[in-house]
Amino acid sequence: MSRDVIDHLAEIPAGSRLDEIRRARPDAREHAQQSFLALLEPTHPGQLALADRYAVAAYVALLHDGSPTPTRAAAFYLELLGDEADADLVRAVRRAADDGRASGPYGDYREPALADEARPGPVAAIDRAAIPAPLAAALEHAHLLVLHPRDARPAALRALVDAGWGADAIVSLSQLVAFLAFQLRLVHGLRTLAATPDGRTDHELQEARA
Amino acid sequence: MTGTHDRTEILEHPALHRPEAFTQRGLGWAPWAPPVAEHELTEAQRHALVEASRSSSPYFRLLARDPEALRARTLTDLDIFGNEAGGLPRWERELSAAAASRVNGCVFCASVHARAASRLSGRTDDVQLLLDEGVGARIDDRWDAIVDASSALTATPAAFAPEHVERLRAAGIDDAGIVDQIAGAAFFNWANRLMLSLGEPEVG
Repeated sequence: MSRDVIDHLAEIPAGSRLDEIRRARPDAREHAQQSFLALLEPTHPGQLALADRYAVAAYVALLHDGSPTPTRAAAFYLELLGDEADADLVRAVRRAADDGRASGPYGDYREPALADEARPGPVAAIDRAAIPAPLAAALEHAHLLVLHPRDARPAALRALVDAGWGADAIVSLSQLVAFLAFQLRLVHGLRTLAATPDGRTDHELQEARA
Repeated sequence: MTGTHDRTEILEHPALHRPEAFTQRGLGWAPWAPPVAEHELTEAQRHALVEASRSSSPYFRLLARDPEALRARTLTDLDIFGNEAGGLPRWERELSAAAASRVNGCVFCASVHARAASRLSGRTDDVQLLLDEGVGARIDDRWDAIVDASSALTATPAAFAPEHVERLRAAGIDDAGIVDQIAGAAFFNWANRLMLSLGEPEVG
């Protein structure tokens, strides 16, 4: 009955009610963990090296935070980055996230009838003096995916190609950012649920279900 | 950075017949990065598709470039939305997915999951109201609690708060059901980002 990364990040104790509920979806639980392993601890990382993956993950987690003080999840990914990269890069990633934080999702629609729902917001421009150009392009793409994914167009993928990334790495990068958007929300939701005690009596619960 | 790979060609589709707005119609999807050709799929990539029929989908053949991530993604998806043991009725998980997709602006994902919610619930008109008017459309207490919780979780930073949990509970949803709502909305924050950023919907 081992614990997984989501249990660790959401601080779900073994044997708790939430632990039981998670185990009632055994494949979802198992393959959320397998997704983490495939994207953050792959056997064959290919062009997207581990240090790049951790830099993207730390940046994405920090962008999901409401303030510059890292949540438990952001601190976890910063620690993974710190194990693979020097302190200057860790600082640069934190600075980039502090500069890039915004309230999402925003962006323009491709669909003409939805033009009135467009909402403007910032586009990231990562400092190439502090972060190598290929990683900087990956972080700019991560910012797009985290905060304004409906602004995505073919030109965004072309910017990754121009920075030297191949198609396989582009897919892995996209999966990494998108998976984290799932994992961080699941953790946030589970933490919120655990922090909201059900004050109702058994009788009231039965009434509510009826 | 190896620098030895061929430069990837990014695909544009100038003549595509694009949808005008959110719809429950079936849509196609055109990739911007090159999928693996069907006859070139390796054994590992076919295994990652989980269902053999998915080899005809350009979306899944593009994701097959990272087979381990695709396989794990798909098995997570199937259990969150298909496991019938307890929790939220399946159509309300689909509603959570449709609401997240409506907020992010993923017309393709919204079409698939709005259609699934309609098919499983028979409430096609209510679902259409969500697509036409957005997540502010009001239907009934339980529906609104699910849509509002899914929308709040979709914001960055996430705005899902104890008040959402309390409204879901007041609507008669137990904690296993709330975890299904959270997982359904969270999962579509994964799927929306892939469908929005690797290609675009087309009217088929």
